[in-house]
Amino acid sequence: MPDKNAIEVRDVSKLFGTGDAQFAALDNVSVSIRENEFFTLLGPSGCGKTTLLRLIAGFDYPTDGQILLYGQDIAPLPPFKRPVNTVFQSYALFPHMTVGQNIAFGLEMLGKPKAEIEARVAEMLKLVRMEALKDRKTSQISGGQQQRVALARALAPQPKVLLLDEPLSALDYKLRKEMQIELKRLQHETGITFIFVTHDQEEALTMSDRIAVMSAGKILQVGSPWDIYDRPAVRFVADFIGETNFLHADVVSANDGRATVRLSSGKEIPATFPSGSSPQGKVTLVVRPEHARVAAPNGTSAHVGHIENVVYLGTDTHFHVRLDDGTPFIVRQQNSRNGHNGFAKAERVGIEFGQDVAQILKD
Amino acid sequence: MASAQETALSAERQDIRNRWLLSAPALIIILLAAIGPLFIVLIYSFLAAGPYGDVEWKFSTDGWISVFLQRDIFDDTLSFADAHLAIFWRSVKLSIGTTLLTIVFGFPTAYFIATRPERTREMWLFLITIPFWTNLLIRTFAILQIIRNEGIINTLLIKAGFINQPIQILFTDTAIMIGMVYVYLPLMVLPLYASMEKLDFRLVEAGYDLYASRFAVLRRIIFPLVKPGVIAGSILVFIPSLGAYVTPSLLGGGKNMMLGNLIELQFGQGRNWPLGSAISITLMAIVMIALLAYVRNAGSSEVRHG
Repeated sequence: MPDKNAIEVRDVSKLFGTGDAQFAALDNVSVSIRENEFFTLLGPSGCGKTTLLRLIAGFDYPTDGQILLYGQDIAPLPPFKRPVNTVFQSYALFPHMTVGQNIAFGLEMLGKPKAEIEARVAEMLKLVRMEALKDRKTSQISGGQQQRVALARALAPQPKVLLLDEPLSALDYKLRKEMQIELKRLQHETGITFIFVTHDQEEALTMSDRIAVMSAGKILQVGSPWDIYDRPAVRFVADFIGETNFLHADVVSANDGRATVRLSSGKEIPATFPSGSSPQGKVTLVVRPEHARVAAPNGTSAHVGHIENVVYLGTDTHFHVRLDDGTPFIVRQQNSRNGHNGFAKAERVGIEFGQDVAQILKD
Repeated sequence: MASAQETALSAERQDIRNRWLLSAPALIIILLAAIGPLFIVLIYSFLAAGPYGDVEWKFSTDGWISVFLQRDIFDDTLSFADAHLAIFWRSVKLSIGTTLLTIVFGFPTAYFIATRPERTREMWLFLITIPFWTNLLIRTFAILQIIRNEGIINTLLIKAGFINQPIQILFTDTAIMIGMVYVYLPLMVLPLYASMEKLDFRLVEAGYDLYASRFAVLRRIIFPLVKPGVIAGSILVFIPSLGAYVTPSLLGGGKNMMLGNLIELQFGQGRNWPLGSAISITLMAIVMIALLAYVRNAGSSEVRHG
């Protein structure tokens, strides 16, 4: 089956305010979200991710550009005519209704017959494992349960797309972990396209089929969690997701997605680069801390430096190394049970790279 | 151990005594200014009328009888006091109408203010209270200027050619209602605003998101949540409407009386203080019954909604 696009965002801009106070919450954004996909908008607060979600829901209207739902422009539709439902960050459960009435609300508004509503509410309660709490007031259930009700309420009308606005941010760590898995299960079972907004990179990597990283009203990179983590295109993406080392290098040669770069140590290593770019001259390299090792300096060392700090973390040890060219470099090494990795503060070490660990950034 | 407990207890007793002392001025005022006079009115209603007003100190139920019944001048037979009953009915009808109209006009006003940016809300509330600055009598005269036959409305309509003859608004029930809605509207807007201000407008968005039209959001989400404000506002408007005096006497003319005017009449020209007292007590009873019925009804429907 060919991939169908559930949502297509075309050149959308959203300006807020007027005159000097005007700013672009979204700046000419385009992205396609496939049917049945768990798609995440990831970025720091103020990057425009929630604004994009609100434009799709219909709470705000774009200043410029188009949003298509299965090929149809939804601009003229008010939110109550869009087959799209939202799970709000605050849940926004109706406090004057019971759990069951909350879940039934959307179906009632769609004018479904009573019997169908009841069956569907029961089904939803079962899906989110809340059967016992149907007649409770929403103020009488816990935060995690409210979260489930909000999900059930939004899923009950079987929307074409489900929008989730940082729904897990109010939950404590353990519950959040549970709900991440739960959400993934619900998405799988219902087959509904999920668009999930979060500022938590770990959450995004855990759950998403694809991630769009946003900053300052722009989408910087779209790709699978693996793409985003291991093949960051720009500095912001590399920096925002996980820990990263940035290295200076000169391009020796580049073609077909493979390049050879010369490090400041004089050593030449292979590197990948984002498609559509043609790296040359001075570039910035990204190497993840777990893709390097410390060893006694020798001919195969990519870099040489001295250890400034050793941080023991149980599963790993972090070596904070100052390279001879002055750049800081962190190596994360997994610990074995028998003693530690054998290097101490102030010791001179060589940095060894595994194969194919370096990515050249666009900027 | 026991003595420590005793000390704590006596400290608590002392505390309660202090609180009573602090509330004493308020209690004295309530006793002297509200309950005392009410008691006098109740006693007066069971006394006989003096020939030039005042009361004669002998027990009589004539006052109470003539609230509802009237004695025939010739043969002393009793029949229903149609005039009184008509006034009761008009008062209740106009007060309910006024309450409903203030909800209709007050709801959008309060919604408008509650959805303004926070720093401009105070300005709007301030504007709402401006009418309170001027005497009620003056404001009622001003309304009279607008609705009388030679007033602004009729003059404009005639000039514009919509009508040839002025519409008679003044000295009708409509005039009384216009006046009362105008006077009591702020009393509806303020409590409505107070409960709308607390409304979480994200719930409104959630409603839209779940396929509720604007009207459905209003009926199913906003209205149930601001109901306490509607109830408070209705009580604040209904009670003074029922006892209104200035507005019906100026805008209703002599013949469209309400209870307030009827009571005034008994203490003035009518020289029948016991009857006036009995009507006053009846008015109070109507208010209490209406309130009980209203609050019970509103309360139970709240339970039904969840």
